[in-house]
Amino acid sequence: MAESGSPIGRRVFLGLVGAGAVGVLFGAKIQDALSRAFSPIVSKDGTGLSAFLPLQGFRYYSITGDFPKRAPRDWQMTVKGLVDRPYTVNFAQLTSMPSTTLTKDFQCVTGWRVPKVEWRGVLLRDLLDKAGVKPAGKALRFTSFDGAYTESLTLDQARRDDVIIAYELEHKPISSDHGGPVRLYIAPMYGYKSCKWLDGIEVTDRVIPGYWEDNGYDVDGWVGRSNGRDDEPTS
Amino acid sequence: MSSTISTSRVVRFPRFDRTERIVHWTNATLFLILLFTGASLKLGFMATLVAHRETVKTIHVYSGLLLPIPIVLGIVMHSGAQLRRDLGRLNRWTKDDKRWWSSRTRPTVQLGKFNPGQKLNATFIGASIVVMLMTGSIMKWFKPFPDSWRTGATFVHDTTWLVLCIVIAGHILFAFRDYDSLRGMVAGWVPERWARREHPKWWAEVVAARDSASAGAAAEAAADATGDVVASAQERVGEAGAGAGEMPVGDPVDGGARDGRGGREL
Repeated sequence: MAESGSPIGRRVFLGLVGAGAVGVLFGAKIQDALSRAFSPIVSKDGTGLSAFLPLQGFRYYSITGDFPKRAPRDWQMTVKGLVDRPYTVNFAQLTSMPSTTLTKDFQCVTGWRVPKVEWRGVLLRDLLDKAGVKPAGKALRFTSFDGAYTESLTLDQARRDDVIIAYELEHKPISSDHGGPVRLYIAPMYGYKSCKWLDGIEVTDRVIPGYWEDNGYDVDGWVGRSNGRDDEPTS
Repeated sequence: MSSTISTSRVVRFPRFDRTERIVHWTNATLFLILLFTGASLKLGFMATLVAHRETVKTIHVYSGLLLPIPIVLGIVMHSGAQLRRDLGRLNRWTKDDKRWWSSRTRPTVQLGKFNPGQKLNATFIGASIVVMLMTGSIMKWFKPFPDSWRTGATFVHDTTWLVLCIVIAGHILFAFRDYDSLRGMVAGWVPERWARREHPKWWAEVVAARDSASAGAAAEAAADATGDVVASAQERVGEAGAGAGEMPVGDPVDGGARDGRGGREL
């Protein structure tokens, strides 16, 4: 009782599976081209519908059950540990300090990359100098008000001029999704190093691996030189 | 028989057997779970709303790994005979199918069990199971692959997700626009009148098969010398609703089938 006719179903099936395989091989290039073509539309998209398109863009990760929210006026950060003058800074104090603007690609270790993202904030080394790092201090440990996330840097890494405590993203206050009101931004490293929802910096005598490093990511998360990846460096 | 069709009484005409329905609904459930958890991982506003990323990811990965199981089990199982036959039907495209797409030529088309839209839908869903499993696996177990494959796999996974959302929304919409068609997948049967109107070639095929099966039973009985066995076989045929009264027992196969069909021509 088999129906007659051409086995077109099988051909379409194999064609689609083949197209999927080709997409795996060349999808990165196709996506690049599409993202460039669509970027004028996406940047003016007020509806958020462009999120449905398979284009480059931020993806929002949280390691806890929610995305913690804190208004700028409720935010404060402590700088403590092996320092001469531990202190607490609030949002108004932070934003009144001299600022630095960085425009770099943002690269996630899972593969997505957002081209030319503009961040504004205070150089981390300025905040450290304000506290006065003791000679025994060799590294930093960052904590997040999500209550779970931690990150680390060596003191040398922290003193680079492309490492900031950021409070503006694309000329706007950093939203909660992006780790606002204040987050770390380490331009030359993968996104997981740039601790979101930052509320504490502690100077330590050695590097204490952070959340993702305990889960297998490299402590020194240089873009293109770590985690077995070969991305174009971002800074 | 013709009087039964013209009255308001609905004659149940089997369309999808139990195995096919179980495969369809487990597959559908897995697809809906995957589309929802996938959206919660990918879309910014969903991710911030749902959060619990690790839990959502775990559900997504395991549902994905289960995805091919219902259809593969259905195909290999003994009770999947009708499913296998229907997959053969979905594969084959006739000249009539090509004319179905235009509303001008559609009225002249004699459809089999599936219309071309259903064939395309099934083919796409089948292919997307393979593609999503392949790309999802590269995303999850990325270590052995080049970085560009991981990005490419993510791109294909996202794109296929978008098309799947549209195709599945369409599938559900069409199902709710024709309750008789939906009943075929929920309860397993359709009104015979519907089968005859919407899928005449399939209807004729099923009726012919049923008649020849009944005729076969009658022939077996006829081959037996004892008269009461013939009588009981004719009773069985009568129960099957195949017009046993007109069945010429002497020439069961040809005559039975032809008469059966003739009796159903209004």
